[in-house]
Amino acid sequence: MSLDQGGRPLFLDAGETALVVEFGRIVDPAISDRVLALDAALAAAPPEGLRELVPTYRSLMIHYDPLQLDRATLVALVEERLAVPATRNRAATLWTLPCCYEPPHGEDLAEMAALLGLTAVEAAAIHAAALYRVYMYGFSPGFTYLGGLPEQIAISRRTKPRPPHESKAVLVGGGLSAIASFSMPTGWYVVGRTPERLYAPDRPNAFLFEPGDSLRFEPIDPATFAALDARAEAGEIVARRQAA
Amino acid sequence: MSAVLRLLSAGPGITVQDRGRHGFLRYGVTGAGPMDPFAHALANRALGNPAEAAAIEISLGGLELTSEGAPVTIALAGGDFQVMLDGQALPPAVVARLEPGASLKVRAGLAGVWSYLAVAGGLDLPYVLGSRATHTRTGMGGLKGRMLQVGDILPVGMATSEIATGRIVAPLLERPAESIRVLLGPQDDYFAPDQIAAFLAGPWTIAARGDRMACFLEGPKLSHNLGFNIPSDGVAMGAIQVPGEGLPIVLMADRQSTGGYPKIATVIGADLGRLAQARPGTPIAFRAVSHAEAVLARAEEQSFLSGAIPIEPLVRSLFSPEFLLGLNLVDGWVDARAPA
Repeated sequence: MSLDQGGRPLFLDAGETALVVEFGRIVDPAISDRVLALDAALAAAPPEGLRELVPTYRSLMIHYDPLQLDRATLVALVEERLAVPATRNRAATLWTLPCCYEPPHGEDLAEMAALLGLTAVEAAAIHAAALYRVYMYGFSPGFTYLGGLPEQIAISRRTKPRPPHESKAVLVGGGLSAIASFSMPTGWYVVGRTPERLYAPDRPNAFLFEPGDSLRFEPIDPATFAALDARAEAGEIVARRQAA
Repeated sequence: MSAVLRLLSAGPGITVQDRGRHGFLRYGVTGAGPMDPFAHALANRALGNPAEAAAIEISLGGLELTSEGAPVTIALAGGDFQVMLDGQALPPAVVARLEPGASLKVRAGLAGVWSYLAVAGGLDLPYVLGSRATHTRTGMGGLKGRMLQVGDILPVGMATSEIATGRIVAPLLERPAESIRVLLGPQDDYFAPDQIAAFLAGPWTIAARGDRMACFLEGPKLSHNLGFNIPSDGVAMGAIQVPGEGLPIVLMADRQSTGGYPKIATVIGADLGRLAQARPGTPIAFRAVSHAEAVLARAEEQSFLSGAIPIEPLVRSLFSPEFLLGLNLVDGWVDARAPA
């Protein structure tokens, strides 16, 4: 089915308690903008019975209680909010995230670089020079999907997962970059590690980024990593933020 | 002294669950919560608790516990489990009072996979991101983010009123698994009409591999007409995703917040428990219903849960519990300590 990316979205049911508002079928910043604008418009004045909003690459999942908010009313409300030019309720932020690409942290950097015909130093420099967009979270708490990976290092995912990596791993695979807060096996390449905690339930900001934020990586050496890691584990936020 | 529950034995897969962790799916946080939301809410409501209070989700592994410090009123609801209180058999859906030192044993019975043990006042454990629900894969919530084990001590919250004991009368708990209602979508258009027909025709069987994350199905392999890679999008509980190899997987309470396979249909809320309680090997069929029918089924459950839950006093019987257990009777089990 084709879909007019700029036109009326599709309204899809995910059971009777979730409505998917789908703006397209591909990963694209303009589609993501529409998802995030609707997310912000609904969050700014949520109707009674709206439970939870989950923005993803190309759609917004709206969890709702159909006994408080019926589907037709919700669809009408979404269309009404879409008709008004979106104003985000939170200015997008530019984050600078420290990242150590050097051993022992960039475990798979050399392997990935070799597959791409680059040196590890070149691959790290390319990764660190780019400006990324936070598309969405998913998979596990704080697991952040980033768009904007340069073509030169846009590699497919592994055909078989590698053994579990450390927490706070910076990953590349499937044409994207990502940050994984938990240790787990992965089909992505581990190119570095950030000392920042992207999931910190003991901290007032349990999660730092909002979808739509921008992010760049700042290379640090292993000694700096160790120092910042200790501060982050003690509860400090070591990423830097500024208005985008 | 306030009351606690102490676990004297515990099989694998037993966790503390409240209604689930809401508001953080957008940050990748799984909702967790009960596999059978209706039974969980029923056990709580039978005690006068809020439906969302933290309770113990008992797996087929079963458990034995005792209360300490003060009497505790508990309720059980869910599958057809075997319940023994100080050697006396109780019905599987029941409200009972545990005196300090009492022995309560709950074991897998004739049918069902999960039983919920709620306590008057709820389990008083710390909130993590606004919820007491356990998610073991991320070590979040419940008791130290893990399954319960022998020796665990669970603090009980303050209960407010006198609570009637006896059998919980809830016809809605009778939920044979053979027909599971679904809403088609959100990606049913990734499947040709003959594949939708094959999905609805089945027959499907619950596979042996399955846990709080997903229920796996065996049956005809389904094919996609638009490929099986989609950009990851939100995943509701009950979403039926069809990966490349074609066998559907129903994503349950511990599912990941987002997923990247087309979802052919979603199990309606009122039938989540029906599916969760089906043991491996159970044949099931899916039946597509309208959104309105799904909402009606939900309204029926909510209406029942929001009223006073009928409790029927247990009566003394002339027969020994061993004799009655031998007959596999569902009703007529006794509480010898109840007044004649």
